[in-house]
Amino acid sequence: MSLLTSLARLRALDEGIAQPVATVRHCHLAERPMVFIPLKLSGEAAAPLAAMLGTDRGDPRLLVVPQPRNRDLRFAWAAELAGVLLPYVEGFLGDTETVERRNADPYERTVDAPQIIVPNQGGMAFVRLLGRSTRFRRTDGPYPVPESVPLLGRWLTYFAERAAYPGSSLMLAATDELGRHWASGQSSLEDANLAALLSWITTGPSDDAEDPLVWPPAGPATDPGFDAEVLAPAIEGGSPERVAEALRTQLEPTWRLMWQAIDLLAGLPEGASVAQRWEQDRGSFSGMAAHVAEGTPPQARRDGAVAAAAKLARMERAQAAYDVQRAYDDPLVMAEYRLTGEAFAGEVIETVPDNVEGEGRSRKLRPLVVIKTDDPVRLAPGTSLGTPQRRTQGAELVSADDGLVTVKITKGMGRGRTAAPGAVPEVGERVCYTSLTDDFQGSPSLPESEATPWTHGGPPQEYTPDDEDAQEEWS
Amino acid sequence: MTDSPEQVIRNVLADLPRHRGVVVDSPPGAGKSTLVVRAAAHIAATGEPLMIVAQTNEQVDDLVARICDKHPHLTVGRLSAGGYVPPLRMLELPGVRVGTRIQDLGDPDIVIATADKWAWIGERVWPWAIVDEAYQMRSDKLLRIAGLFERALFVGDPGQLDPFSIVDGDRWSGLSWDPLQSAVSVLLRHNPGLPVHRLPVSWRLPASAAPVVSQAFYPFTGFRSGTGPGDRWLELTAGGMGTVHDRALEEAARSGWALLELPNRHTVRTDGEAVQAVALLAQRLLQRGAVAGSEQGERPVTADRIAVGAAHRDQVAAIRAAGLPPEITVDTANRLQGREYDVTIVLHPLSGRRDATAFHLESGRLCVLASRHRHACVVVARAGIAELLDAHPSAEPVQLGVPVKFPDGWEANQAVLEHLSRHRV
Amino acid sequence: MTGLMREGDPVRRLEVLRGTTPPRPHDARAIAALAANPGCARRALMDGAGIDKDAAARHLGFPAPFGQSPFAITRGNAFEALVKADGCAELLRMLRELLGLPIAEVAYHDVENVGAHLRHAHTRALIDRAARDGGEGAPSPEAGAEATAPPATETAGPGEAVSTAGTLYDHPLLSLRIAGHTAYLEPDVVAFQLGGRFRIVEIKSFAVIDGQADPSSVAAAARQAAVYVLALRTMLEELGHDPLMVSHDVVLVCPENFANRPVATLVDVRKQLAVLRRQLDRMTTLDRLLDGLPDELTFDLRPDEDGRPTRPVAELSDALRRTTARYAPDCLSTCDLCFFCRDEARQEGASDLLGRQVRDELGGVASVAEALGLADGTRDPAEGQEEIARLLRNAERLRRECLT
Repeated sequence: MSLLTSLARLRALDEGIAQPVATVRHCHLAERPMVFIPLKLSGEAAAPLAAMLGTDRGDPRLLVVPQPRNRDLRFAWAAELAGVLLPYVEGFLGDTETVERRNADPYERTVDAPQIIVPNQGGMAFVRLLGRSTRFRRTDGPYPVPESVPLLGRWLTYFAERAAYPGSSLMLAATDELGRHWASGQSSLEDANLAALLSWITTGPSDDAEDPLVWPPAGPATDPGFDAEVLAPAIEGGSPERVAEALRTQLEPTWRLMWQAIDLLAGLPEGASVAQRWEQDRGSFSGMAAHVAEGTPPQARRDGAVAAAAKLARMERAQAAYDVQRAYDDPLVMAEYRLTGEAFAGEVIETVPDNVEGEGRSRKLRPLVVIKTDDPVRLAPGTSLGTPQRRTQGAELVSADDGLVTVKITKGMGRGRTAAPGAVPEVGERVCYTSLTDDFQGSPSLPESEATPWTHGGPPQEYTPDDEDAQEEWS
Repeated sequence: MTDSPEQVIRNVLADLPRHRGVVVDSPPGAGKSTLVVRAAAHIAATGEPLMIVAQTNEQVDDLVARICDKHPHLTVGRLSAGGYVPPLRMLELPGVRVGTRIQDLGDPDIVIATADKWAWIGERVWPWAIVDEAYQMRSDKLLRIAGLFERALFVGDPGQLDPFSIVDGDRWSGLSWDPLQSAVSVLLRHNPGLPVHRLPVSWRLPASAAPVVSQAFYPFTGFRSGTGPGDRWLELTAGGMGTVHDRALEEAARSGWALLELPNRHTVRTDGEAVQAVALLAQRLLQRGAVAGSEQGERPVTADRIAVGAAHRDQVAAIRAAGLPPEITVDTANRLQGREYDVTIVLHPLSGRRDATAFHLESGRLCVLASRHRHACVVVARAGIAELLDAHPSAEPVQLGVPVKFPDGWEANQAVLEHLSRHRV
Repeated sequence: MTGLMREGDPVRRLEVLRGTTPPRPHDARAIAALAANPGCARRALMDGAGIDKDAAARHLGFPAPFGQSPFAITRGNAFEALVKADGCAELLRMLRELLGLPIAEVAYHDVENVGAHLRHAHTRALIDRAARDGGEGAPSPEAGAEATAPPATETAGPGEAVSTAGTLYDHPLLSLRIAGHTAYLEPDVVAFQLGGRFRIVEIKSFAVIDGQADPSSVAAAARQAAVYVLALRTMLEELGHDPLMVSHDVVLVCPENFANRPVATLVDVRKQLAVLRRQLDRMTTLDRLLDGLPDELTFDLRPDEDGRPTRPVAELSDALRRTTARYAPDCLSTCDLCFFCRDEARQEGASDLLGRQVRDELGGVASVAEALGLADGTRDPAEGQEEIARLLRNAERLRRECLT
């Protein structure tokens, strides 16, 4: 968080309404997102209690475990969940496009992909744990489960893993996305409460948002008071209908909030790089679908040394790209860098479009641009710069004094003796330059897992899910 | 009684053929580079090829220069990335070849490059490697290059800053191969039987600093200074004007430490008053014609022998903008790692803060800032750090299976602060 | 403490603060929580005086947001019962595996079977005997190691191979001195002794999944275990034994993965011990905080015969406001009084509401109105506020430019 966001929070607190911290939407929003609100049994790691889910706001599905301590009923619930989620996921596999690649065979990418939206980080964690607790189950042997259960586990694991990639939109948490676009007048800790955050964004703060009788928690944990006074007696009463009705009262308010959150996000124009990141999501999703189709075993319990390093590199790459893209897509995000002196914006007051450097064969076109700015520039001469106005262009800072910055364009102005039309900004144009550039070089290769070196424990034992995994008690 | 530095080095060299890996912990200024150069020559003398891994281009260039200086008969290949421009002095060195591919280097005794560059090299295995600054190297980098060598000597300072990532790596915590841990942590967790040697003497830190740094940051292993109490001195040849800055410099010249304390105030990070105090101290130090005397003789403390250190980049920018001679190094703790100066001026990471964060309390940060000097260290801080430490909520999350790291940042900060309070002006 | 001699000595002053309200016993959880916000004078005084913050908060109309589900309680109890079934048979199995010890047999002492008033003395006697019998010739687990050895997980030492009979003490009643009072710790812990070495065993019902557990839950368990380690060490020291006979590696027992089967993990609590010692030391310096308070100030709830508070709410609220709180949003998960203090911060328009980081970023500017005034330029910066004013004005300029 930066001072810019802090100021927005102060303003929100003062005016009693959340303030924007983004001018465009930085996540992809699917046409038909799957809203998924899971509840778990208190005191357990990931024992499901209920879920409300669906793609139609007028028609939520309620899935309930009428006796949460009964493991058969839990698996039946998981199978029911699979009955809703798997058709949704598989529904995207039919329509694909062929993608050509350099140095690799072309592959098939789905033209759209599923998107799961959960209320909060707790919901994300539950998806991960539910995936972990179902993907190793067997359809035969001592504790058989329906075929769809381990498959569900693999997909849930995939969605939870993918959510760790910055900028991915395959699974979103509503509070996270709202918090990326609006600053409330409360702390980020309190922003984890969906009802409270939404009330800041829509009508202003309300103590009701923290009253579990008015707004039940958005899960996965339930309100302890509800557990004691309503749920426990209902379960003891042995009436599945009563349990289901009790849980419905806890889920329906959140269901409405979730769609309100989606509407709010949909009201923002999409950022310029969102489609590109969604394309990567689609590629990743297609890859996972191919794995499933090939019958590869479920994801391991923990990453091996090579897998961990590979994942870390990809996540760091995604983080860096996401940071740069958000700034380039959104002047309000770029303003954070302007405030710290890593970017500046202003009006062009002078240009030398035909400036050249060097002699003879090494003579190069290096147009100069002088910009007048009110921003505090903290960049050293020679720093490489990029600009959101001309994304393919490269520039270099020549000097910065007293609100006047001279920049020299080094790349992307055409190959001719004079700059291509439009490549050099005109006097009077507003431009922004920043040292934030996305010049990723590719990362060096890692050894094959079988060739893990001695420093990292040597080649790992090959992982094969065993009976113990499949029979793991589900108390 | 601990072994002498010479004995430790001999033990290390003797262990090399006996173990697949040997680790040497080196506290600040304990002769890590000397050891690397000596081990390099020792291995080269066996006739077997050697690769050396360092973390930054500066470190690589520095090692190349040192090896050529000490052992001019050795041939060295300096492997670099495409955009690297070798310093002129390197091109003038006999026996050194610079290239972006192994094939360009001929067949030198030693090939040296950064870890990042080595990660792109394949299809050859060196019998020996030396990995420098191994505690600052992330284990995923080691994973990329460990296939290139059969045996290795790992050298580094465990007290400096740990490697980090811009993404959250909690998912791997507790794994013995956690990619965010340092190369040495991961190496030792998989190979607990490898010998770990410790260089016992800091040649950089004066007798006034070694005990403080040793107790605060190396509480279990410790080290001593190579020089005695009277062996280093700092003289201000021009007279002072009795200002607080002058008195701070005089205290530092006298005792090796000074704390210039500003009034207690909660400020923005780029606290103008503190920045100005830092800048003034540096200017006065030059104006007062400081002369440093040591076992290496007497020499004036010129601007290039002075460093200013801070925690954040915006602080560094503000200090640079305060008009210091460009020869004075101004940088963050991260970038001052492995460097050495006669006098350092430090903006205390907790100065003017209202709450201490994990970043500010990281012991490695303060360790780097407090251990770059040969003669004296002047710290600028606002009053109130003791109260700030006192009010710090200690509720750090705990990950299962992750060895507890010492020293604790809180304790280390407290220890340094207590020492500094005796040199307050 | 020199204050003891003065009029209004701290112990008496703390009693006045508490008034007729019965003291709330300090359990390990409460002691562990002392470190949650040490900068808060209000909390330090209330904890020091042994005031029931939960009751006070309820009386003030700001009940704490902490409740425990009956399902979680049942689950916790069932898990503990499982671990301790058949004289802790499961626990013994895990200790063998975890410590790599050839423990042939183990005696089980449930101190709870002794009458409540005798339990502390009985615990003392048992521990004394164990330390004397087992301690002979057996080096303490890390004799001197805390000071000199690098951090490392302990392995079985020479003493352990000899002695093969261990003892488990269930529900031992331990005590600690806190701000001049002896606090008896709720005996919800097991101490394990083998060959004169003691280990605290902490049973928790949060899950360890594939070797990982929720870091804040582990941290809370480690802080509580540290309280017991310190109390047991103190007891041994008082009895004339080496306090380091108690290991700093505690045994954390949790359900593994999604089942009820327990798994034991060693957790090194040296850092938590250091923090705890610091906080207990601070509690002895409450006189500094007390000095600034009016003599007659009290947080008494004035309970009636049934224990119901009768003190007018406004009066209690005023009394509390005479002490300085240091509200931060983190309090919402650690302090019973959090909603009261948050409300106070709202009324004051304090930037603390937005979190420690925002507060820190704003330099010396404490109030929301002041910060916004500086940003808008409607307020002139006071001395020392010039820089934050410049930053805020710049931020305001950028926000306006981007949003219009």
